[in-house]
Amino acid sequence: MPDQASALQLVLSGDPALFAIVRLSLLVSLSAVVCAALIGLPFGALVALTRFPGRAGVIVVLNALMGLPPVVVGLAVYLLLSRSGPLGSWGLLFTPAAMIVAQTILITPIIAALSRQTIEDLWLEYRDELAAMNVGPAGRIATLVYDARFSLITTLLAGFGRAAAEVGAVIIVGGNIDGFTRTMTTAIALETSKGDLPLALGLGFVLLAIVVAVNAAAWGMKRVGEQYAG
Amino acid sequence: MRAPDTELPIVCDSVSVLVGKLAILDRLSVTFGDGAPTALIGPNGSGKTTLIRIAMGLIAPTSGRVTWGGREAVPPLRRAILFQRPVMLRRSVVGNLRYALAAAGIARDRREARVIELLALVGLAGFEDRPARKLSGGEQQRLALARALARDPAVLFLDEPTASLDPAATKSVEDVIRAVSARGIKVVTATHDLGQARRLAGEIVLLHRGRAIETAPTERFFMQPQTEEARRFVAGDLLL
Repeated sequence: MPDQASALQLVLSGDPALFAIVRLSLLVSLSAVVCAALIGLPFGALVALTRFPGRAGVIVVLNALMGLPPVVVGLAVYLLLSRSGPLGSWGLLFTPAAMIVAQTILITPIIAALSRQTIEDLWLEYRDELAAMNVGPAGRIATLVYDARFSLITTLLAGFGRAAAEVGAVIIVGGNIDGFTRTMTTAIALETSKGDLPLALGLGFVLLAIVVAVNAAAWGMKRVGEQYAG
Repeated sequence: MRAPDTELPIVCDSVSVLVGKLAILDRLSVTFGDGAPTALIGPNGSGKTTLIRIAMGLIAPTSGRVTWGGREAVPPLRRAILFQRPVMLRRSVVGNLRYALAAAGIARDRREARVIELLALVGLAGFEDRPARKLSGGEQQRLALARALARDPAVLFLDEPTASLDPAATKSVEDVIRAVSARGIKVVTATHDLGQARRLAGEIVLLHRGRAIETAPTERFFMQPQTEEARRFVAGDLLL
């Protein structure tokens, strides 16, 4: 119990070290979600609405990549960004930018695969009506993305959940440098191994609270959407 | 004032639609010209829905030719369709109408007046902010009619427009169809309901096994059917 009490005290007192870690974690994960959304949503829509040779294979690979092991992604990005790697001259290894790149790679397949499924399901429903209304390809994509927006937000949250909770990729490419690349998950792993349970528990509470708050907001938005849009 | 009709007559000339070896439409020829509503009647599987989709331009025939106002491959700018089970967009009633008006190329500053006009026409004034998917079946059908009318069509296709509606909802949809026809819009409706065909149509086309068996003015079709199939269908015998 003393550890839990100390942890709560750290959170409630607004401990600067703890909240610096929280801020960096949110910055990295939210940036990764934005980057992955910019890539994954159009790609998912494209696969949903077009027919091409090998499409089934693309869908199978996309779905399989949802289960990408974070440590493998971390290792691949490490090899790319290390001094001897092809992108070593960019000097991104052990920076928040490298962590964003790794998390983007990790969650882009999740966003692309889930948005592909969402948009394809809606397309099968809307296809005849949109054809009858003579809506062109760009208009179709815009309509489907807009009308599926509440489901797509849930997709983005799934990506955020994956990014916020993963530890393997960011610890490899970020290095867990105090005050620079230390995130909630890497700090929890480190502090637990050091025996500093109050800080680890405090970060755990904050991480859980963020995940619950984000999902509650998504649920609320979905409910409001259903009420007004059907 | 509507623009001059450029998509009528719609001529289907020896049109066939094959799915594998099965002929859904079999060298069918029919013309939809200006004037009173046309009812396509016939048993299940006779090709009514496929003919409507061909005439709307949603599917291409396997063989044969379809022309709209004497031209081929005319985009559906002045044609509209009400499907048997219309899909409501995930928007409010007014959101569905605004979308259809935008898709029809109606200028933004004219849309609100058209929304009010269309809602009044289909009896949905006061429903503006209701989620479209939460309307009753009859209300959804009337909203889909309003959406179809948004592009000010020269011809309106209806695929079993009241198939799943109760008598009161059926009457309200039929009232809208009459009002639409009275505005000079050509209505082509597929129906199983001979009573509805009698009430609404000025011309009947009987389909059977993908072919147009008989085309006649409504009164003559029911009083003096010319073919054996038409006689049996009017008498209530099963056409298999």
